[in-house]
Amino acid sequence: MSFFSTPPLATRPLSDAVRPGPLRAVLQMRALSKLLLLVLAAAVLVPLLQAKYGAAWPSSLTVDVSGPLGKTSDWIIDNRDSHWLFVYFLGHLSNAVVISVRAVYLLLLALGWTGVTAGVTLLAWRVAGPRIAATALISFLVSGLLGMWVPTMQTFALMVVAVVVSVAVGALLGLAAGLSERLFRILRPVLDTMQVLPAFAYLLPVVLVFGIGVPAALLATVIYAAPPMARLTALGLRGADPGVLEAVSSLGATGRQRLLTARLPLARKELLLGVNQTIMMALGMVVIASMIGAAGLGDRVYQALASVDVGAALSAAIPIVLLAIVMDRTTAAAGERLGAGAAATGPKWLRGWQAWTGVAAVTAVLALVGRLSGSLIWPDAWAVDLARPVNDFKEWMVDHLYSGVPVVGGTADWAAHFTDWVLNPLRDGLTALPWYGTLLIVAALAWVIGTWRTALTAVLAMAAIGVLGVWKPSMNTLSQVIAALAVTLVLGFGVGILAAGSKRFEAILRPVLDVMQTMPQFVYLIPVVALFAVGRAPAAAAAVVYALPAVIRITTQGLRQVDPSAMESARSLGATRWQILRQVQLPLARPSLLLAVNQGVVMVLAVVIIGGLVGGGALGYDVVTGLATGDLGLGLVAGVAIVCLGLMLDRVTQPTERRTTGKGA
Amino acid sequence: MSRKRTMIIGAAALAGTAVLSVSLSSCGKADMTKQTSPFAAAKGSKSVTLSVQTWVGAQSNVAVAKYLLEHKMGYHVDTVQVDEIPAWDALSQGRVDAILEDWGHPDQEKRYVKDKKTITAGGGNGVTGHIGWFVPKYWADKHPEVKNWKNLNKFAKQLRTSESGNKGQLMDGSPSYVTNDKALVKNLKLNYEVVFAGSEAAQITQIQQFAKQKKPFLTYWYEPQWLFNQVPMEEVKLPKYTDACAAKGAKDPKSIDCAYPTTPLQKFFNTEFAKKGGSAAAFLKNFKWTKDDQNEVSESIASSGLSADEAAKRWVDKHPDVWKKWLPKK
Repeated sequence: MSFFSTPPLATRPLSDAVRPGPLRAVLQMRALSKLLLLVLAAAVLVPLLQAKYGAAWPSSLTVDVSGPLGKTSDWIIDNRDSHWLFVYFLGHLSNAVVISVRAVYLLLLALGWTGVTAGVTLLAWRVAGPRIAATALISFLVSGLLGMWVPTMQTFALMVVAVVVSVAVGALLGLAAGLSERLFRILRPVLDTMQVLPAFAYLLPVVLVFGIGVPAALLATVIYAAPPMARLTALGLRGADPGVLEAVSSLGATGRQRLLTARLPLARKELLLGVNQTIMMALGMVVIASMIGAAGLGDRVYQALASVDVGAALSAAIPIVLLAIVMDRTTAAAGERLGAGAAATGPKWLRGWQAWTGVAAVTAVLALVGRLSGSLIWPDAWAVDLARPVNDFKEWMVDHLYSGVPVVGGTADWAAHFTDWVLNPLRDGLTALPWYGTLLIVAALAWVIGTWRTALTAVLAMAAIGVLGVWKPSMNTLSQVIAALAVTLVLGFGVGILAAGSKRFEAILRPVLDVMQTMPQFVYLIPVVALFAVGRAPAAAAAVVYALPAVIRITTQGLRQVDPSAMESARSLGATRWQILRQVQLPLARPSLLLAVNQGVVMVLAVVIIGGLVGGGALGYDVVTGLATGDLGLGLVAGVAIVCLGLMLDRVTQPTERRTTGKGA
Repeated sequence: MSRKRTMIIGAAALAGTAVLSVSLSSCGKADMTKQTSPFAAAKGSKSVTLSVQTWVGAQSNVAVAKYLLEHKMGYHVDTVQVDEIPAWDALSQGRVDAILEDWGHPDQEKRYVKDKKTITAGGGNGVTGHIGWFVPKYWADKHPEVKNWKNLNKFAKQLRTSESGNKGQLMDGSPSYVTNDKALVKNLKLNYEVVFAGSEAAQITQIQQFAKQKKPFLTYWYEPQWLFNQVPMEEVKLPKYTDACAAKGAKDPKSIDCAYPTTPLQKFFNTEFAKKGGSAAAFLKNFKWTKDDQNEVSESIASSGLSADEAAKRWVDKHPDVWKKWLPKK
């Protein structure tokens, strides 16, 4: 089921899933020779570099960009009200955003809670069936019950416009990349960067240009949410069956006809998956965008956190989770139906244009009923106070778990041990390692696993960090990422193996994972601090919570997809459950496990900045500081460093990728 | 494929609306200084937008101003939570109409109030702010000498955490707050590591946690603050604040070696709003209360778990003599 089961980058081909034995031997030989070459190079280079520069990143090789960046930011502020670029272009863009969001918002308000709830439920029924319609109905009622109707509508309005713009931009980019090989090559690194670039890093430039508020928030959301649409559109167009295309052109279709009648319809499944992914990414930005004044639910979460009120934050976060689930299930179901190519089921009045008029008519009637009964906004009297019991529960948890639990020790003790025994040695080790040593290790890992190109990219990314003058904080961040990743993988693989073994366990797990994946990270910042004390440990905990669901899901899916006949034959040979797992299932699921590692890296890195808000320090803190103090130099440089780390880690953990072979976005 | 067609039509209609709105707005200049929220004044009422900063004291100012503007003057009030420096930016652009509590930003003041004149000073809000280093009372009672910076090094060992390594931990809060702590630790030769909690929420949570266990701690903190009622703290004496030291610090922030100043907290308005904001602007100009008033509201919000609106109502019902003076005369 789309987002919840497919990771954002799952479109990567897993072509060379199982390599035959001899080939693997050859590959290992090749890896050995690569390593030998590197050792040789190191033997020559290291003494030279050590003699010339020393072990710390040489200051002669850094470039200070804070001056020019500071000047740019001053220029923007001074010219924002007068320069033609702003007055005739960006200003209109901003106005257009405000007008469109306002239009949708006023429409939603005019429909009233009865109209909106009815409309969304019927729409869900129409495109996705009764079960999802019920989910939608309950979700909207719960949003009302929690007293969040108005913020939910504000977020909904922002989402509608953001998703439409993201889909349009993404589809255009994808169309270009799908039709032209050259554009595809140019766009791929751009899309890569857009996806690893932490949203925080571009909040600041966007705010500088557009100021605090909805236009900036919307733009930041589009930057974040458009790439999956572009990738999937390109993938769909490039993956179209050549046989069909040939048949169409032999019928004398022009290029444009071929695109409209064959290629786009053939790619519709990818297109819908793209829309689905875009929606999920956009919702992921809701809370982050509230840091630059996006209003709505995200703002409620953010404000609740400022007064250390987990309960209130949760009340605002639940509608976000519900919105995400409803939108995901609806678009995913619509996608599956389209993909299956089946005719719509159900009685005739539920199909075609009659159904749409029906939906519109019932919505209008219910909206009118709501209006006549005088309650356009959810009636206050029906609200339920969730905040108090949640806060009481949090207090209880903290009181009983923080320290002094017999035998196992309290959570604060664990955190201290984790910091002392894992984080500190890792950080000190990485910082003490001479810079050329780090570069060599990165080169070796990336080269053995991939091609010389991947190695070059990885090394250049690391070098860029040094050049930007943030080597030390970057090593600190890297140590946190590695530690959090290790915990995530141990837990994720463990739970994933259990879930693959038991259908019932998986069914229980699924809603838990859904919630973990869509719950805004801001909500669990306070509980992690309360449990693990300020520092890098709670930051790591937050990263684990965020990255775990994806790892579990991919592991489970990978293990499940292992050819049953292979397992059957192993069982008939008398292998135990453990032997089957270790010798058949895990090796065969290797590509999925590697993908899980890769996703883990991406997601842990995404939380690095959030970690800055609970004492994670290093790059995350610098990005937050940059945003909070309007320091473009500090924030942007730290953001770019995170991108470089992401690029490096991606190359080092992505062995199956053969970037030179044909398709795959 | 009727479903698909309908979807395409729907998308086209939406895209059309977007294009239309772009072209509608694109005749001539777009004024970046007049940009309000799309959610403002949805009911067509008179509306004011206030900026809320991340600390609870600022929330209290806004809560009370909002309550009075809405219930006694018929305005609709929108609030936006923004960090301090972006808030100045938002104020100059007219995205928000007023900041009710500023802790002193000389750079911004020069740029926007003196040079660009897009922001107007609105006078003090009656509360005086003070930043300093604090230790819990239960610890200071046992070791009174900790209340002077000269003795701090003796206590570094007791304040060690796994984050601060073998030095003592001095906890700082949100990166947006005015702080010289790194420079102070270095210039006063203290054996301490500044650990940034990263947000005020994280810092408060950690302080509460320490207090529950009666553990010693040293933290950057400020008055007025409701947390003092829950966790009594005492200030650590730093080298005396002088104008000469401040002037030196203004030139090179790394050279600062004296305490933080005491700041009367200021209000700032968007210039346009100050001129044409009518009775709302007049009301906000008159807004002035005391530290105790503010703390009363803050504590009901942050500790008793009232919503900002309920907390404001409770205070407004109890203190009509204070706020009646703020209402503009007709």
